[in-house]
Amino acid sequence: MALWIVLGLGGAVMILPFVWLVRSALMTDNQIFISPPEWLPEPFAWSNFTGAMSSRPFARYFLNTMIIEVLVVTGTVLTCSLAAFSFSRLRWRGRNLVFGLLLTGVMLPYAVTLIPTFVMWGSLGALDTFVPLTLPAWFAGAGGGVFNIFLFRQFFLTIPYELDEAAYIDGATPWKVFWSVIMPLSKPVIVVVVIFTFIGVWNDFLGPLLYLTDDSKFTLALGLAGFQSTYTAQWGFLMAASLVVILPITLIFFALQRYFVEGVTLTGVKG
Amino acid sequence: MIFTIGPMVASLVFSLTDWTIGAPAKFIGLDNYDRLAGDPLFWKSLNVTTYYTLGVVPLTLLAGFVVALLLNQGVRGRSFWRTIYYLPTLVPAVASSVLWIWIFNPDFGLLNSLLRQGGLPTSSWIYGERSAVPSLMLMSVWGFGNAMVIFLAGLQGVPRHLYEAVAIDGGGTWARFRHVTLPFMTPVIFYNLVTGVIGTFQVFNQAYIMTQGGPNNATQFYIYYLYTKAFTDSEIGYASALAWVLFILVLVITIALFRNARRWVYYEIGAAR
Repeated sequence: MALWIVLGLGGAVMILPFVWLVRSALMTDNQIFISPPEWLPEPFAWSNFTGAMSSRPFARYFLNTMIIEVLVVTGTVLTCSLAAFSFSRLRWRGRNLVFGLLLTGVMLPYAVTLIPTFVMWGSLGALDTFVPLTLPAWFAGAGGGVFNIFLFRQFFLTIPYELDEAAYIDGATPWKVFWSVIMPLSKPVIVVVVIFTFIGVWNDFLGPLLYLTDDSKFTLALGLAGFQSTYTAQWGFLMAASLVVILPITLIFFALQRYFVEGVTLTGVKG
Repeated sequence: MIFTIGPMVASLVFSLTDWTIGAPAKFIGLDNYDRLAGDPLFWKSLNVTTYYTLGVVPLTLLAGFVVALLLNQGVRGRSFWRTIYYLPTLVPAVASSVLWIWIFNPDFGLLNSLLRQGGLPTSSWIYGERSAVPSLMLMSVWGFGNAMVIFLAGLQGVPRHLYEAVAIDGGGTWARFRHVTLPFMTPVIFYNLVTGVIGTFQVFNQAYIMTQGGPNNATQFYIYYLYTKAFTDSEIGYASALAWVLFILVLVITIALFRNARRWVYYEIGAAR
């Protein structure tokens, strides 16, 4: 019971700004700026939603976003976990040095590498395609993907090494150990990486802004931002559109988080 | 790695030139770095960013860990609570910045109207020189969901039989936490610590959207300063030098953290060290 009260109070604090977003999404612009502020919209301005949604091809944006999502999430999970496996459970010369070098890559502010990277994709003729947004994910994420390798590595390091040894004695190859021993035990962290990557792509604004020019290739985040500059004065519209963009990922998170419950029991391993 | 190393080398070369957009680049050696040492805004931005990191990282880790522990209990409606606590992290940066501008608004914002109703003194939040950075810290800690989710996943990996072993030895809740949960979580705590430091040193969105470095440079975050140098003043050479100083700084801190980690991070495989 005490736990409930603590969680409830904390939850209320967490959700308050979100409630604020919802109430603003349902208000006319006149009411939003009343002081002292009101909590309940009067009347409910549902037109914010219909207005926001019909002003732009959001269905098309949704489809584009999903195409990028599938390519990026699959690539990231497969290649980052494989790289992390190599950095944590295989022994080779210079292993820690290479890992260190990779990690340094994310310490240089991204604003600095922006222009050279852009020029590179331009010279490869990949501008206004999904290639710059999806291909790096298949090379262990490139850039931000290093955090995923690091995350996988930290988790792999908590799995008892006896399991690998037992598998090797039974004649397993490293591939087999990766697929049949390590990955099945790593479900919680795989779910985390899927969630993070999914949200990262969903909310990524700068990437699509740089590389996509044709409106028919736009993503949701880009659509939302373009929206903001078009309707600078219409806060209600903006809040409604933000809410529509947040809702699907909230549902996805709600659906995925139950996999955290399937914990690792590690029976049969005696420390 | 090609995607990283190439641009890095390019920016190092830029940092040795006096290159302003529109004029040809001129090699000037280390002059940019010399200029940095005497630039009060550089020092100011370094101070502000360090202050912010020292506030946000420990608070985020603590909040994330405590809530993860609570949510890992057999509490009913667990999925619901997890989603609630994760919700703030799902809001896109632009939308959450706009949202918080209103929350912090001294006249019709959420915080001051709550304080007024409770008869408490109000604050000028992001519009006050002293309260600006703490306000942004508050906003950042609100997004502790990522750290929490990583801790939650980590808690699943703690072998159950060790808890039984502690129970057999007569240990209580505290002993279980101290001797099983905590050691098993150290690699994950370490991950959150390192990525937290790397991330907060590069904070940009809030300064760009919410405060534009003000009031009176109180939120002149490092990357924001770098950004204004590069894209407002078009001084690519000087901005590259700024980037490299930050890079070296974060690198040194990270190496120090990795060294220090040998003392307290517990791994299943000794060879990983």
